[in-house]
Amino acid sequence: MPKITYIEDSGKEHVVEAPVGQTVMEAAVKHAVPGIDADCGGACACATCHVYVDPEWLAKTGEQNSMEQSMLDFANDVETNSRLSCQIKVTPDLDGLVVRLPKSQH
Amino acid sequence: MGEIKRIIIIGAGQAGGETAQRLRQGGFAGDITLIGEEPAAPYQRPPLSKAYLKGELSMDRLLLRPAEMYAEENITLLTKLRAVWIDRSNKKVRVEGGRELPYDALVLATGAKPRKLPLVGADLEGVFLFRTAGDVDRVRERFVSGARLVVIGAGYIGLEVAAVARQCGLEVTVVETAVRPLARVTSPEVAGFFLDEHTRQGVRFVLGGQPAVLKGQDRVTGVALTDGMEIPADIVIAGIGVTPDIALAEQCGLTVANGILTDRHCRTADPAIYAIGDCAARPMVHFEGRIARLESVHNAVEGAKVVAAHLLGAKDHTEEAPWFWSDQYDLKLQIAGLFHGYEHVAFRGVMADRAFAAFYYKGERLIAVDAVNKPAEYLGAKMLIQTGRSLPPAVLEDTSRPMKELVASAR
Ligand SMILES: Cc1cc2nc3c(=O)[nH]c(=O)nc-3n(C[C@H](O)[C@H](O)[C@H](O)COP(=O)(O)OP(=O)(O)OC[C@H]3O[C@@H](n4cnc5c(N)ncnc54)[C@H](O)[C@@H]3O)c2cc1C
Ligand code: FES
Repeated sequence: MPKITYIEDSGKEHVVEAPVGQTVMEAAVKHAVPGIDADCGGACACATCHVYVDPEWLAKTGEQNSMEQSMLDFANDVETNSRLSCQIKVTPDLDGLVVRLPKSQH
Repeated sequence: MGEIKRIIIIGAGQAGGETAQRLRQGGFAGDITLIGEEPAAPYQRPPLSKAYLKGELSMDRLLLRPAEMYAEENITLLTKLRAVWIDRSNKKVRVEGGRELPYDALVLATGAKPRKLPLVGADLEGVFLFRTAGDVDRVRERFVSGARLVVIGAGYIGLEVAAVARQCGLEVTVVETAVRPLARVTSPEVAGFFLDEHTRQGVRFVLGGQPAVLKGQDRVTGVALTDGMEIPADIVIAGIGVTPDIALAEQCGLTVANGILTDRHCRTADPAIYAIGDCAARPMVHFEGRIARLESVHNAVEGAKVVAAHLLGAKDHTEEAPWFWSDQYDLKLQIAGLFHGYEHVAFRGVMADRAFAAFYYKGERLIAVDAVNKPAEYLGAKMLIQTGRSLPPAVLEDTSRPMKELVASAR
Protein backbone atom coordinates (compact mmCIF):
# COMPACT_ATOMS: atom_id res chain seq x y z
CA MET A 1 0.00 0.00 0.00
CA PRO A 2 1.29 3.49 -0.78
CA LYS A 3 2.58 5.37 2.25
CA ILE A 4 1.64 8.99 2.77
CA THR A 5 3.27 11.36 5.24
CA TYR A 6 1.13 14.11 6.75
CA ILE A 7 3.00 16.87 8.55
CA GLU A 8 1.04 18.93 11.03
CA ASP A 9 1.63 22.66 11.30
CA SER A 10 3.55 21.93 14.51
CA GLY A 11 5.93 19.69 12.57
CA LYS A 12 4.54 16.43 13.93
CA GLU A 13 4.59 13.70 11.28
CA HIS A 14 2.07 10.93 10.66
CA VAL A 15 2.92 8.15 8.23
CA VAL A 16 -0.17 6.35 7.01
CA GLU A 17 -0.83 3.44 4.66
CA ALA A 18 -3.36 4.61 2.10
CA PRO A 19 -5.44 2.14 0.08
CA VAL A 20 -5.28 2.72 -3.68
CA GLY A 21 -8.56 4.16 -4.98
CA GLN A 22 -9.39 6.02 -1.77
CA THR A 23 -8.50 9.67 -1.35
CA VAL A 24 -5.68 11.39 0.51
CA MET A 25 -8.39 12.84 2.80
CA GLU A 26 -9.88 9.42 3.62
CA ALA A 27 -6.53 7.90 4.54
CA ALA A 28 -5.91 10.77 6.98
CA VAL A 29 -9.36 10.70 8.57
CA LYS A 30 -9.35 6.92 8.96
CA HIS A 31 -6.06 7.18 10.87
CA ALA A 32 -7.23 10.13 12.96
CA VAL A 33 -4.56 12.48 11.62
CA PRO A 34 -5.42 15.72 13.41
CA GLY A 35 -5.78 18.83 11.27
CA ILE A 36 -7.98 17.42 8.52
CA ASP A 37 -11.63 17.93 9.46
CA ALA A 38 -13.28 16.82 6.22
CA ASP A 39 -16.73 17.61 7.57
CA CYS A 40 -18.53 16.77 4.33
CA GLY A 41 -16.83 13.41 3.90
CA GLY A 42 -15.33 14.24 0.52
CA ALA A 43 -18.28 15.81 -1.26
CA CYS A 44 -16.21 18.91 -2.11
CA ALA A 45 -18.68 20.90 -0.03
CA CYS A 46 -16.81 22.01 3.07
CA ALA A 47 -13.20 22.95 2.17
CA THR A 48 -11.96 21.62 5.53
CA CYS A 49 -9.54 19.10 4.03
CA HIS A 50 -6.99 21.62 2.75
CA VAL A 51 -3.38 20.41 2.44
CA TYR A 52 -0.12 21.65 0.89
CA VAL A 53 1.39 19.12 -1.47
CA ASP A 54 5.16 18.85 -1.19
CA PRO A 55 6.46 20.61 -4.35
CA GLU A 56 8.26 17.45 -5.51
CA TRP A 57 4.93 15.67 -5.72
CA LEU A 58 2.87 18.30 -7.51
CA ALA A 59 3.20 16.69 -10.94
CA LYS A 60 2.03 13.31 -9.66
CA THR A 61 -0.95 14.57 -7.69
CA GLY A 62 -2.33 16.38 -10.73
CA GLU A 63 -4.12 19.68 -11.10
CA GLN A 64 -6.86 21.27 -9.03
CA ASN A 65 -10.23 20.75 -10.68
CA SER A 66 -12.36 23.84 -11.21
CA MET A 67 -14.75 23.16 -8.33
CA GLU A 68 -11.79 22.67 -6.01
CA GLN A 69 -10.07 25.80 -7.28
CA SER A 70 -13.10 27.94 -6.51
CA MET A 71 -13.41 26.44 -3.04
CA LEU A 72 -9.72 26.98 -2.28
CA ASP A 73 -10.03 30.56 -3.36
CA PHE A 74 -11.88 31.13 -0.09
CA ALA A 75 -9.72 29.01 2.19
CA ASN A 76 -7.17 30.57 4.56
CA ASP A 77 -3.47 30.75 3.72
CA VAL A 78 -3.78 29.31 0.23
CA GLU A 79 -0.53 28.65 -1.64
CA THR A 80 0.17 27.50 -5.18
CA ASN A 81 0.57 23.95 -3.85
CA SER A 82 -2.76 23.97 -2.00
CA ARG A 83 -5.18 21.12 -2.68
CA LEU A 84 -8.38 19.74 -1.22
CA SER A 85 -7.19 16.32 -0.12
CA CYS A 86 -10.58 14.73 -0.86
CA GLN A 87 -9.93 15.47 -4.52
CA ILE A 88 -6.60 13.59 -4.68
CA LYS A 89 -7.05 9.88 -5.45
CA VAL A 90 -4.40 7.55 -4.08
CA THR A 91 -2.53 5.73 -6.86
CA PRO A 92 0.51 3.43 -6.65
CA ASP A 93 2.50 6.42 -8.00
CA LEU A 94 1.81 8.35 -4.83
CA ASP A 95 3.83 5.99 -2.61
CA GLY A 96 5.97 8.33 -0.50
CA LEU A 97 3.75 11.39 -0.94
CA VAL A 98 4.32 14.18 1.57
CA VAL A 99 1.62 16.74 2.40
CA ARG A 100 1.64 19.50 5.00
CA LEU A 101 -1.40 20.66 6.93
CA PRO A 102 -2.48 24.27 7.41
CA LYS A 103 -2.60 25.86 10.86
CA SER A 104 -6.39 25.65 10.83
CA GLN A 105 -9.13 24.53 8.47
CA HIS A 106 -11.50 27.37 9.35
CA MET B 1 -22.15 18.80 37.65
CA GLY B 2 -19.30 17.34 39.67
CA GLU B 3 -16.40 15.48 38.15
CA ILE B 4 -17.21 13.79 34.87
CA LYS B 5 -15.69 10.34 34.60
CA ARG B 6 -18.25 8.45 32.56
CA ILE B 7 -19.90 9.74 29.41
CA ILE B 8 -22.60 7.75 27.63
CA ILE B 9 -23.68 8.63 24.11
CA ILE B 10 -26.96 7.12 22.88
CA GLY B 11 -27.11 6.84 19.11
CA ALA B 12 -24.06 5.85 17.06
CA GLY B 13 -24.76 7.97 14.00
CA GLN B 14 -22.69 10.86 12.73
CA ALA B 15 -23.45 13.10 15.71
CA GLY B 16 -22.75 10.40 18.30
CA GLY B 17 -19.65 9.10 16.53
CA GLU B 18 -18.12 12.54 16.11
CA THR B 19 -18.79 13.36 19.76
CA ALA B 20 -16.93 10.28 20.98
CA GLN B 21 -14.01 11.04 18.69
CA ARG B 22 -13.81 14.71 19.61
CA LEU B 23 -13.96 13.99 23.33
CA ARG B 24 -11.01 11.62 23.04
CA GLN B 25 -9.04 13.86 20.71
CA GLY B 26 -9.72 16.76 23.02
CA GLY B 27 -8.09 14.89 25.89
CA PHE B 28 -11.02 13.40 27.84
CA ALA B 29 -9.50 10.49 29.75
CA GLY B 30 -12.60 8.93 31.33
CA ASP B 31 -14.97 6.25 30.03
CA ILE B 32 -16.81 6.85 26.78
CA THR B 33 -19.61 4.44 25.86
CA LEU B 34 -21.31 4.80 22.49
CA ILE B 35 -24.55 2.83 22.15
CA GLY B 36 -26.11 2.24 18.73
CA GLU B 37 -28.85 -0.07 17.53
CA GLU B 38 -27.56 -0.38 13.97
CA PRO B 39 -25.06 -3.16 13.22
CA ALA B 40 -22.36 -0.86 11.85
CA ALA B 41 -19.99 1.60 13.50
CA PRO B 42 -20.99 5.23 12.85
CA TYR B 43 -21.17 6.01 9.14
CA GLN B 44 -22.11 8.85 6.80
CA ARG B 45 -25.61 8.85 5.43
CA PRO B 46 -25.29 11.37 2.55
CA PRO B 47 -23.66 8.90 0.13
CA LEU B 48 -26.56 6.48 0.69
CA SER B 49 -28.67 8.31 -1.89
CA LYS B 50 -25.65 9.12 -4.06
CA ALA B 51 -22.45 7.10 -4.63
CA TYR B 52 -23.44 4.19 -2.36
CA LEU B 53 -26.75 3.62 -4.14
CA LYS B 54 -24.89 3.76 -7.45
CA GLY B 55 -22.57 1.06 -6.16
CA GLU B 56 -19.49 3.27 -6.33
CA LEU B 57 -18.71 3.23 -2.62
CA SER B 58 -18.38 0.25 -0.31
CA MET B 59 -19.59 0.15 3.30
CA ASP B 60 -16.08 0.48 4.74
CA ARG B 61 -15.71 3.80 2.94
CA LEU B 62 -18.96 5.06 4.46
CA LEU B 63 -17.65 4.52 7.98
CA LEU B 64 -16.53 7.68 9.75
CA ARG B 65 -13.60 5.72 11.23
CA PRO B 66 -12.64 2.07 10.90
CA ALA B 67 -14.52 -0.01 13.49
CA GLU B 68 -11.24 -1.11 15.16
CA MET B 69 -10.33 2.45 15.97
CA TYR B 70 -12.91 2.73 18.71
CA ALA B 71 -11.18 0.02 20.75
CA GLU B 72 -7.77 1.55 19.99
CA GLU B 73 -8.98 4.85 21.40
CA ASN B 74 -10.61 3.14 24.34
CA ILE B 75 -14.13 4.05 23.28
CA THR B 76 -16.64 1.32 24.15
CA LEU B 77 -18.78 0.95 21.04
CA LEU B 78 -21.86 -1.20 21.63
CA THR B 79 -23.64 -1.90 18.35
CA LYS B 80 -26.94 -3.73 17.71
CA LEU B 81 -28.00 -2.59 21.13
CA ARG B 82 -30.90 -0.32 21.99
CA ALA B 83 -30.99 1.93 25.00
CA VAL B 84 -34.49 1.57 26.44
CA TRP B 85 -34.71 3.59 29.64
CA ILE B 86 -33.09 6.59 31.25
CA ASP B 87 -33.17 6.95 35.03
CA ARG B 88 -32.27 10.59 35.57
CA SER B 89 -32.33 10.60 39.33
CA ASN B 90 -29.82 7.75 39.57
CA LYS B 91 -28.03 8.72 36.33
CA LYS B 92 -28.33 5.35 34.67
CA VAL B 93 -29.16 4.10 31.19
CA ARG B 94 -30.79 0.72 30.80
CA VAL B 95 -30.16 -1.19 27.59
CA GLU B 96 -32.05 -4.07 26.01
CA GLY B 97 -31.48 -7.17 28.10
CA GLY B 98 -31.67 -5.17 31.30
CA ARG B 99 -28.06 -4.10 31.90
CA GLU B 100 -27.78 -0.69 33.54
CA LEU B 101 -24.92 1.67 32.77
CA PRO B 102 -24.13 4.63 35.02
CA TYR B 103 -23.21 8.01 33.58
CA ASP B 104 -22.02 11.40 34.78
CA ALA B 105 -22.92 13.04 31.47
CA LEU B 106 -25.30 11.71 28.83
CA VAL B 107 -25.52 12.72 25.17
CA LEU B 108 -28.70 11.94 23.24
CA ALA B 109 -27.84 11.56 19.56
CA THR B 110 -30.74 9.35 18.56
CA GLY B 111 -31.31 10.98 15.18
CA ALA B 112 -34.52 10.60 13.26
CA LYS B 113 -36.68 7.83 11.90
CA PRO B 114 -38.04 7.87 8.35
CA ARG B 115 -41.80 8.35 8.09
CA LYS B 116 -43.58 5.25 6.92
CA LEU B 117 -46.23 5.65 4.24
CA PRO B 118 -49.56 5.78 6.08
CA LEU B 119 -51.17 3.60 3.43
CA VAL B 120 -52.56 0.15 2.93
CA GLY B 121 -49.82 -1.87 1.29
CA ALA B 122 -46.94 -0.06 2.94
CA ASP B 123 -45.60 -3.41 4.20
CA LEU B 124 -45.56 -5.11 0.80
CA GLU B 125 -42.31 -6.46 -0.51
CA GLY B 126 -40.67 -3.94 -2.82
CA VAL B 127 -41.64 -0.94 -0.67
CA PHE B 128 -38.66 0.71 0.98
CA LEU B 129 -37.73 3.44 3.40
CA PHE B 130 -34.43 5.18 2.84
CA ARG B 131 -32.45 5.91 5.97
CA THR B 132 -29.91 3.23 6.81
CA ALA B 133 -27.24 1.36 4.88
CA GLY B 134 -29.39 -1.74 5.45
CA ASP B 135 -32.35 -0.05 3.73
CA VAL B 136 -30.19 0.82 0.73
CA ASP B 137 -28.63 -2.65 0.50
CA ARG B 138 -32.11 -4.11 0.15
CA VAL B 139 -33.12 -1.54 -2.49
CA ARG B 140 -29.96 -2.01 -4.49
CA GLU B 141 -30.65 -5.64 -5.34
CA ARG B 142 -33.69 -4.41 -7.25
CA PHE B 143 -32.00 -1.45 -8.88
CA VAL B 144 -31.67 -2.95 -12.34
CA SER B 145 -32.12 -1.35 -15.74
CA GLY B 146 -35.74 -1.36 -16.86
CA ALA B 147 -37.22 -1.75 -13.38
CA ARG B 148 -40.11 0.62 -12.65
CA LEU B 149 -39.51 2.84 -9.67
CA VAL B 150 -42.00 5.13 -7.99
CA VAL B 151 -40.50 7.62 -5.56
CA ILE B 152 -43.02 9.13 -3.17
CA GLY B 153 -41.88 12.55 -1.99
CA ALA B 154 -39.84 15.07 -3.97
CA GLY B 155 -37.43 16.28 -1.32
CA TYR B 156 -33.66 16.15 -1.72
CA ILE B 157 -33.41 12.45 -0.91
CA GLY B 158 -36.26 11.56 -3.29
CA LEU B 159 -34.73 13.56 -6.13
CA GLU B 160 -31.25 12.17 -5.52
CA VAL B 161 -32.64 8.65 -5.65
CA ALA B 162 -34.51 9.53 -8.88
CA ALA B 163 -31.28 10.84 -10.43
CA VAL B 164 -29.28 7.72 -9.57
CA ALA B 165 -32.15 5.54 -10.77
CA ARG B 166 -32.19 7.27 -14.17
CA GLN B 167 -28.43 6.85 -14.40
CA CYS B 168 -28.92 3.12 -13.74
CA GLY B 169 -31.58 2.90 -16.45
CA LEU B 170 -34.70 2.56 -14.32
CA GLU B 171 -38.07 4.02 -15.31
CA VAL B 172 -38.80 6.66 -12.70
CA THR B 173 -41.97 8.40 -11.55
CA VAL B 174 -41.92 10.86 -8.68
CA VAL B 175 -45.19 11.47 -6.86
CA GLU B 176 -45.40 14.59 -4.73
CA THR B 177 -48.44 15.88 -2.87
CA ALA B 178 -47.31 19.52 -3.14
CA VAL B 179 -47.61 21.29 -6.48
CA ARG B 180 -43.84 21.55 -6.82
CA PRO B 181 -40.81 19.53 -5.76
CA LEU B 182 -38.55 20.68 -2.89
CA ALA B 183 -41.43 22.78 -1.56
CA ARG B 184 -40.15 22.85 2.01
CA VAL B 185 -36.50 23.43 1.26
CA THR B 186 -36.11 25.94 -1.54
CA SER B 187 -37.72 28.70 -3.58
CA PRO B 188 -40.15 28.05 -6.46
CA GLU B 189 -37.48 29.26 -8.90
CA VAL B 190 -34.80 26.81 -7.83
CA ALA B 191 -37.39 24.03 -7.48
CA GLY B 192 -38.46 24.76 -11.08
CA PHE B 193 -34.88 24.39 -12.25
CA PHE B 194 -34.60 20.93 -10.68
CA LEU B 195 -38.01 19.93 -12.01
CA ASP B 196 -36.93 20.84 -15.55
CA GLU B 197 -33.62 19.06 -15.18
CA HIS B 198 -35.20 15.81 -13.97
CA THR B 199 -37.87 16.01 -16.65
CA ARG B 200 -35.16 16.39 -19.28
CA GLN B 201 -33.44 13.33 -17.82
CA GLY B 202 -36.62 11.33 -18.30
CA VAL B 203 -38.17 11.42 -14.82
CA ARG B 204 -41.96 11.59 -14.84
CA PHE B 205 -43.58 13.80 -12.19
CA VAL B 206 -47.04 13.58 -10.69
CA LEU B 207 -47.33 16.83 -8.75
CA GLY B 208 -50.27 17.44 -6.47
CA GLY B 209 -50.76 13.65 -6.43
CA GLN B 210 -52.13 11.91 -3.33
CA PRO B 211 -51.14 8.24 -3.04
CA ALA B 212 -54.12 6.23 -1.76
CA VAL B 213 -53.10 2.56 -1.79
CA LEU B 214 -50.05 0.50 -2.65
CA LYS B 215 -51.27 -2.33 -4.85
CA GLY B 216 -50.05 -5.92 -4.90
CA GLN B 217 -50.49 -9.36 -3.33
CA ASP B 218 -47.11 -10.04 -1.74
CA ARG B 219 -45.03 -7.75 -3.86
CA VAL B 220 -45.90 -4.21 -4.75
CA THR B 221 -47.18 -3.83 -8.32
CA GLY B 222 -48.33 -0.23 -8.37
CA VAL B 223 -49.35 2.94 -6.63
CA ALA B 224 -52.97 4.07 -6.85
CA LEU B 225 -53.69 7.76 -6.34
CA THR B 226 -56.84 9.27 -4.86
CA ASP B 227 -57.90 10.61 -8.28
CA GLY B 228 -57.94 7.07 -9.67
CA MET B 229 -54.63 7.21 -11.49
CA GLU B 230 -52.54 4.05 -11.12
CA ILE B 231 -48.78 3.93 -11.65
CA PRO B 232 -47.25 0.49 -12.18
CA ALA B 233 -44.23 -0.16 -9.97
CA ASP B 234 -41.66 -2.85 -9.17
CA ILE B 235 -40.10 -0.70 -6.46
CA VAL B 236 -41.62 2.05 -4.30
CA ILE B 237 -39.34 4.27 -2.25
CA ALA B 238 -40.81 6.58 0.38
CA GLY B 239 -38.94 9.82 0.87
CA ILE B 240 -41.56 11.70 2.85
CA GLY B 241 -39.41 13.02 5.63
CA VAL B 242 -38.39 11.95 9.09
CA THR B 243 -39.55 12.38 12.66
CA PRO B 244 -37.01 13.08 15.39
CA ASP B 245 -36.40 10.11 17.68
CA ILE B 246 -37.49 11.61 20.98
CA ALA B 247 -38.81 8.46 22.64
CA LEU B 248 -36.17 8.26 25.38
CA ALA B 249 -36.26 11.98 26.05
CA GLU B 250 -40.02 11.84 26.48
CA GLN B 251 -39.81 8.78 28.70
CA CYS B 252 -37.45 10.54 31.11
CA GLY B 253 -39.43 13.77 31.10
CA LEU B 254 -37.21 16.15 29.12
CA THR B 255 -38.89 18.96 27.21
CA VAL B 256 -39.67 17.94 23.66
CA ALA B 257 -41.43 19.78 20.90
CA ASN B 258 -40.29 19.18 17.35
CA GLY B 259 -37.14 17.58 18.77
CA ILE B 260 -35.48 17.53 22.16
CA LEU B 261 -35.24 21.11 23.30
CA THR B 262 -31.81 22.43 24.31
CA ASP B 263 -30.05 25.72 24.94
CA ARG B 264 -27.31 27.13 22.69
CA HIS B 265 -24.80 24.72 24.25
CA CYS B 266 -26.98 21.73 23.33
CA ARG B 267 -27.86 21.20 27.02
CA THR B 268 -31.32 20.00 27.92
CA ALA B 269 -33.09 21.19 31.07
CA ASP B 270 -31.19 18.42 32.91
CA PRO B 271 -27.62 19.76 33.19
CA ALA B 272 -26.21 16.23 32.87
CA ILE B 273 -27.94 15.58 29.55
CA TYR B 274 -27.17 17.00 26.11
CA ALA B 275 -29.02 16.44 22.84
CA ILE B 276 -27.54 16.91 19.34
CA GLY B 277 -28.07 16.14 15.68
CA ASP B 278 -31.36 15.32 13.96
CA CYS B 279 -33.16 14.62 17.26
CA ALA B 280 -32.55 18.02 18.84
CA ALA B 281 -33.75 21.61 18.45
CA ARG B 282 -31.93 24.69 19.74
CA PRO B 283 -31.80 28.46 19.33
CA MET B 284 -29.49 29.41 16.46
CA VAL B 285 -27.44 32.57 16.09
CA HIS B 286 -27.76 32.47 12.29
CA PHE B 287 -31.53 32.16 12.54
CA GLU B 288 -32.10 35.30 14.64
CA GLY B 289 -31.88 33.20 17.78
CA ARG B 290 -34.99 31.28 16.81
CA ILE B 291 -35.28 27.60 17.66
CA ALA B 292 -34.67 25.19 14.81
CA ARG B 293 -34.15 21.49 14.31
CA LEU B 294 -31.86 20.86 11.36
CA GLU B 295 -31.24 17.61 9.52
CA SER B 296 -27.75 17.90 8.14
CA VAL B 297 -24.17 16.79 8.47
CA HIS B 298 -23.23 20.32 9.45
CA ASN B 299 -25.66 20.21 12.35
CA ALA B 300 -24.56 16.76 13.49
CA VAL B 301 -20.88 17.79 13.45
CA GLU B 302 -21.58 21.14 15.07
CA GLY B 303 -23.51 19.48 17.90
CA ALA B 304 -20.58 17.13 18.46
CA LYS B 305 -18.14 20.04 18.57
CA VAL B 306 -20.28 22.06 20.95
CA VAL B 307 -20.85 19.20 23.38
CA ALA B 308 -17.25 18.02 23.34
CA ALA B 309 -16.04 21.57 23.94
CA HIS B 310 -18.55 22.08 26.75
CA LEU B 311 -17.68 18.80 28.47
CA LEU B 312 -13.98 19.54 28.15
CA GLY B 313 -14.55 22.95 29.71
CA ALA B 314 -13.42 24.88 26.64
CA LYS B 315 -14.63 28.40 26.12
CA ASP B 316 -17.47 29.44 23.87
CA HIS B 317 -17.77 27.93 20.44
CA THR B 318 -18.45 30.09 17.37
CA GLU B 319 -21.53 28.87 15.59
CA GLU B 320 -21.02 28.08 11.95
CA ALA B 321 -23.61 29.21 9.40
CA PRO B 322 -25.69 26.13 8.49
CA TRP B 323 -24.67 24.37 5.28
CA PHE B 324 -25.93 21.49 3.18
CA TRP B 325 -25.41 19.98 -0.24
CA SER B 326 -27.17 17.73 -2.73
CA ASP B 327 -25.78 15.95 -5.79
CA GLN B 328 -28.08 15.20 -8.72
CA TYR B 329 -26.67 14.13 -12.10
CA ASP B 330 -23.72 16.48 -12.68
CA LEU B 331 -25.30 19.22 -10.58
CA LYS B 332 -23.81 20.08 -7.22
CA LEU B 333 -26.18 22.13 -5.14
CA GLN B 334 -24.53 23.83 -2.18
CA ILE B 335 -26.61 25.65 0.40
CA ALA B 336 -25.61 27.99 3.21
CA GLY B 337 -27.85 29.74 5.71
CA LEU B 338 -31.57 29.15 6.27
CA PHE B 339 -33.92 30.53 3.65
CA HIS B 340 -37.13 30.36 5.73
CA GLY B 341 -38.95 33.65 5.78
CA TYR B 342 -37.03 35.19 2.86
CA GLU B 343 -38.69 38.14 1.12
CA HIS B 344 -36.59 38.56 -1.97
CA VAL B 345 -34.35 36.42 -4.14
CA ALA B 346 -31.53 37.60 -6.42
CA PHE B 347 -29.78 35.51 -9.06
CA ARG B 348 -26.18 35.48 -10.15
CA GLY B 349 -25.71 33.72 -13.45
CA VAL B 350 -28.48 32.08 -15.45
CA MET B 351 -30.14 28.72 -14.99
CA ALA B 352 -29.70 27.82 -18.65
CA ASP B 353 -25.93 27.59 -18.02
CA ARG B 354 -26.60 25.01 -15.29
CA ALA B 355 -24.43 27.15 -13.03
CA PHE B 356 -26.05 29.89 -10.97
CA ALA B 357 -26.64 31.08 -7.44
CA ALA B 358 -29.87 32.21 -5.76
CA PHE B 359 -29.34 34.62 -2.86
CA TYR B 360 -32.16 34.97 -0.35
CA TYR B 361 -32.83 38.21 1.50
CA LYS B 362 -34.90 39.21 4.47
CA GLY B 363 -35.17 42.96 4.18
CA GLU B 364 -31.67 44.00 3.15
CA ARG B 365 -29.98 41.14 4.89
CA LEU B 366 -28.60 38.15 3.02
CA ILE B 367 -29.84 35.04 4.86
CA ALA B 368 -29.16 32.10 2.54
CA VAL B 369 -27.78 30.91 -0.77
CA ASP B 370 -28.56 28.01 -3.10
CA ALA B 371 -25.60 27.64 -5.45
CA VAL B 372 -25.72 25.19 -8.34
CA ASN B 373 -22.26 24.35 -9.72
CA LYS B 374 -21.08 27.66 -8.23
CA PRO B 375 -18.75 26.84 -5.34
CA ALA B 376 -17.30 30.34 -5.07
CA GLU B 377 -20.77 31.85 -4.72
CA TYR B 378 -21.60 29.26 -2.06
CA LEU B 379 -18.48 29.78 0.02
CA GLY B 380 -18.55 33.54 -0.46
CA ALA B 381 -22.15 33.83 0.69
CA LYS B 382 -21.46 31.44 3.55
CA MET B 383 -18.68 33.73 4.78
CA LEU B 384 -20.96 36.75 4.54
CA ILE B 385 -23.75 35.03 6.48
CA GLN B 386 -21.30 33.69 9.04
CA THR B 387 -19.95 37.16 9.74
CA GLY B 388 -23.33 38.91 9.55
CA ARG B 389 -22.40 40.90 6.46
CA SER B 390 -24.47 41.51 3.36
CA LEU B 391 -24.23 42.83 -0.19
CA PRO B 392 -27.11 44.42 -2.10
CA PRO B 393 -28.80 42.20 -4.73
CA ALA B 394 -27.57 44.40 -7.58
CA VAL B 395 -23.98 43.89 -6.47
CA LEU B 396 -24.26 40.11 -6.26
CA GLU B 397 -26.06 39.97 -9.60
CA ASP B 398 -23.14 41.67 -11.33
CA THR B 399 -21.22 38.76 -12.83
CA SER B 400 -18.51 41.04 -14.25
CA ARG B 401 -16.84 41.11 -10.83
CA PRO B 402 -15.56 37.90 -9.25
CA MET B 403 -17.29 36.67 -6.10
CA LYS B 404 -14.14 36.90 -4.04
CA GLU B 405 -13.72 40.58 -4.80
CA LEU B 406 -17.37 41.25 -3.94
CA VAL B 407 -17.08 39.44 -0.63
CA ALA B 408 -13.96 41.41 0.25
CA SER B 409 -15.87 44.65 -0.37
CA ALA B 410 -18.74 43.74 1.96
CA ARG B 411 -19.21 45.26 5.38
C1 LIG C 1 -30.23 9.26 2.32
C2 LIG C 1 -29.76 10.47 3.06
C3 LIG C 1 -29.05 11.46 2.40
C4 LIG C 1 -28.60 12.58 3.08
N1 LIG C 1 -27.87 13.53 2.40
C5 LIG C 1 -27.37 14.60 3.08
C6 LIG C 1 -26.54 15.55 2.43
O1 LIG C 1 -26.28 15.47 1.23
N2 LIG C 1 -26.03 16.57 3.15
C7 LIG C 1 -26.28 16.72 4.49
O2 LIG C 1 -25.78 17.65 5.11
N3 LIG C 1 -27.09 15.83 5.14
C8 LIG C 1 -27.62 14.78 4.47
N4 LIG C 1 -28.42 13.86 5.12
C9 LIG C 1 -28.76 14.11 6.54
C10 LIG C 1 -27.69 13.64 7.48
O3 LIG C 1 -27.18 12.40 7.08
C11 LIG C 1 -28.29 13.55 8.89
O4 LIG C 1 -28.69 14.84 9.26
C12 LIG C 1 -27.29 13.02 9.89
O5 LIG C 1 -26.93 11.71 9.59
C13 LIG C 1 -27.86 13.08 11.30
O6 LIG C 1 -27.00 12.44 12.19
P1 LIG C 1 -27.47 11.99 13.63
O7 LIG C 1 -26.30 11.32 14.24
O8 LIG C 1 -28.11 13.13 14.32
O9 LIG C 1 -28.66 10.96 13.41
P2 LIG C 1 -28.68 9.53 12.72
O10 LIG C 1 -27.76 9.51 11.59
O11 LIG C 1 -30.11 9.24 12.49
O12 LIG C 1 -28.12 8.55 13.83
C14 LIG C 1 -28.82 8.22 14.99
C15 LIG C 1 -28.52 6.78 15.35
O13 LIG C 1 -29.02 6.50 16.63
C16 LIG C 1 -29.62 5.23 16.66
N5 LIG C 1 -30.56 5.18 17.79
C17 LIG C 1 -31.71 5.88 17.95
N6 LIG C 1 -32.29 5.58 19.13
C18 LIG C 1 -31.48 4.68 19.74
C19 LIG C 1 -31.54 4.00 20.99
N7 LIG C 1 -32.53 4.18 21.86
N8 LIG C 1 -30.54 3.14 21.30
C20 LIG C 1 -29.50 2.94 20.44
N9 LIG C 1 -29.40 3.56 19.24
C21 LIG C 1 -30.37 4.42 18.90
C22 LIG C 1 -30.26 5.14 15.30
O14 LIG C 1 -30.51 3.81 14.93
C23 LIG C 1 -29.18 5.79 14.42
O15 LIG C 1 -28.24 4.84 14.00
C24 LIG C 1 -28.89 12.73 4.46
C25 LIG C 1 -29.63 11.74 5.12
C26 LIG C 1 -30.07 10.62 4.45
C27 LIG C 1 -30.86 9.57 5.17
S1 FES D 1 -13.84 16.80 2.66
FE1 FES D 1 -15.22 18.45 2.39
S2 FES D 1 -14.29 19.47 0.71
FE2 FES D 1 -12.92 17.84 1.03
